Amino acid sequence: MPCMAAPAWFSSPSDALTRLGATGYLADEATATVAFLAGALEKPVLIEGPAGVGKTEFAKAVARAADAELVRLQCYEGLDEARALYEWNYKKQLLRIQAAGVEGTGSQSWAEAHDEIFGEEFLLSRPLLTAIRRTEPTVLLIDEVDKTDVEVEGLLLEVLSDFQVTVPELGTIEAVRRPFVVLTSNAARELSEAVKRRCLYLHLDYPSASREREIVTRHVPELDEGVVAQLVDVVARLRELELKKAPSIAESVDWARTLIALQAGTLDAATIDATLGVVLKHVSDQDRARRELRLATGGPVASTTSAHPFR
Amino acid sequence: MTLLDRHIAFLEALRGAGLPVSLSEDLDAVTALGAVGWSSRTTVRDVYAATVVKRQGQRATFDQLFELYFPRLVGEGAADGLLEGQVDGAGGPVEGGPRAESMDNGEALAAMQEQILEALAADDVERLRELAAEAVGRFGSMPGRGPGLSSWSSYTALRRLSTDDLTQRLAEALRSHGWTEEEAERAAGRRTGSYVAMVEADARRRIAEEKGPEHIAQVTVRPTIDRLDFLHMRRADVEELRRELYPLARRMATRLAREQRSRHRGPLDFRRTVRASMASGGVPITTHHKPKRPHRSELVVLCDVSGSVANFATFTLMLVFALREVFTKVRAFTFVDDIVEVTDQFRPGADLVDVMTGLVESSAHAARMGRTNYGRALTRFVELHGDALTPKSSVLILGDARSNYADLALPALQEVVDRSRHQWWLNPEVRRQWDTGDSAASRYAALVPMVECRNLVQLQTFIKDLA
Repeated sequence: MPCMAAPAWFSSPSDALTRLGATGYLADEATATVAFLAGALEKPVLIEGPAGVGKTEFAKAVARAADAELVRLQCYEGLDEARALYEWNYKKQLLRIQAAGVEGTGSQSWAEAHDEIFGEEFLLSRPLLTAIRRTEPTVLLIDEVDKTDVEVEGLLLEVLSDFQVTVPELGTIEAVRRPFVVLTSNAARELSEAVKRRCLYLHLDYPSASREREIVTRHVPELDEGVVAQLVDVVARLRELELKKAPSIAESVDWARTLIALQAGTLDAATIDATLGVVLKHVSDQDRARRELRLATGGPVASTTSAHPFR
Repeated sequence: MTLLDRHIAFLEALRGAGLPVSLSEDLDAVTALGAVGWSSRTTVRDVYAATVVKRQGQRATFDQLFELYFPRLVGEGAADGLLEGQVDGAGGPVEGGPRAESMDNGEALAAMQEQILEALAADDVERLRELAAEAVGRFGSMPGRGPGLSSWSSYTALRRLSTDDLTQRLAEALRSHGWTEEEAERAAGRRTGSYVAMVEADARRRIAEEKGPEHIAQVTVRPTIDRLDFLHMRRADVEELRRELYPLARRMATRLAREQRSRHRGPLDFRRTVRASMASGGVPITTHHKPKRPHRSELVVLCDVSGSVANFATFTLMLVFALREVFTKVRAFTFVDDIVEVTDQFRPGADLVDVMTGLVESSAHAARMGRTNYGRALTRFVELHGDALTPKSSVLILGDARSNYADLALPALQEVVDRSRHQWWLNPEVRRQWDTGDSAASRYAALVPMVECRNLVQLQTFIKDLA
């Protein structure tokens, strides 16, 4: 149940909007509302969306805005309890037992040794446990949760709904202070209903032209406003094409940085052609973009798709 | 109707539309709304979306229903203060009375078109929404119909505004702003498309006001894109699906590769395990396993590309080829009444649009008379491309098994069955329509197991099991 006595993360959606904005993360209204709700209801947020729209950045921004520490659990295939939650330091335990065997008389000290080797000293705390045991404000980022195996989701359930972890030897450890939990997913796999039910859901998509202009300007203030507008326009046109990977916000920002590095004062066809590799990472995509944007320099690549034999 | 009633009715409608809204999510929504208050309609929508919709694919359905249960305006609603932030839950019609400018004549129509065009060119969504409401109010009313019949029609409004004409004029306008022809057309199509959707939504809203949202929620809200029948797709749906295809294929490829790998964990490699245990003082903490021999099948796909099922065939083909790495080898053939190989259309890394056009072009060779003839296609396949069939190959036939009452060539199919390892037939028709009319579904199904595959969900499940 939401505990209103605890210090709130954000006092209202508009407060979330301004404070996230102050850290350099330009959220839209839906994002700000969800950020506020996650703090107020103490529920985890599940963020989905294409790569590079600022899912991970959201968690970092919340941490910055609320002056909290970020604990990050990067998920990958084969991630297990030992890497996510906690692990007993086997080697140290073995050493401890062997050392006891040398000094002590063996059987009599076993009870002591048992109590000792399953104590705090031998516990390796992993991100989930760390986040729960912290007494300061914490943002727990569980990144790319879709990359894990289904079993890990089961593990997350206990953490996400009750904010507690059960270590058989030590008992149940409850959160002193509930962390602000952010899960991100590229939807490579459908997450289980149980996880989804416990989370607030936020779908981040490519931003509107005006918001993207703001974001690019915020990240690359050196770039001329006219060029930013041009750039955002071209990126928007690229997103309208059927590409394998549409350019994301991160790529627009990279492009802006490239233009600064090249000291390009304007974004004309030649510049686009020369720097297209920054935004489009597939040969066929670049090819298509060149044709659609009518870049004068076709290059040798363009000719490969113009004609192909079929029977 | 109280606020709680409306909330519950809304959730019921969502459940009816196939969104799994649990009781705990219901409670979350209520708590969340308590925390933010009901002051702004967009916030209310965001809160509902965050707590109740957990899949982006369902968002469109959610938005439609939200519009019905929490309409942005009631009646004509043109009194400006009423537009936003007025969710009183009562939802009773507040008729503004006939307004002076709500006249319906040719002049008004032309003026309206101009305004819409202006807003479309500027891509001004708010203005477009207002214009949509106005369009339905002025040109979409069908007064004097009997009780029980709806008195608003988006169809009438859109026909009067002639949207095709609007699209064309918009494309021209965009071209004059330096857009390339193809882009201008695509953008124009998309923008008018969204305007059409707005008009439809507004008509629904008005009807819902008259007859209650439950009625309209049952009738007009369409299923999500992945549950939409291949055979009943509109052009917009096809485009949306095409956009979905590549990410979907990549998701499936990762998943399949992962599953195959996990199945590859063979028996315990005792020697390596013992060797590794030395590091931990003889305690085998990690076990090592022998790799399993990979087993991959060759896939031969036969596609009916005649008009009615062409969509289905191309989607399946694209999906299969996007998943190419899961199979050793894929060969694809398309047919109408003759058969043609299209494997070389799918080069690795090829552009999706190019492949689609290439497919359409080469499929022209698959037709002689232009009438589907399964029997002839199968016979020709065995004659010309019999080498594709090996004891390792799996054959996948896509089509509705409607052969225009021609000879079915069952022996040819029997030969295909005999010479290959597995066979499946995917039929995009609903099972109860099999064997109606000229469908020879069950006669083919006697030789080749036939699977109903009407939408993306079914297609995904099938391909997952296949790989």
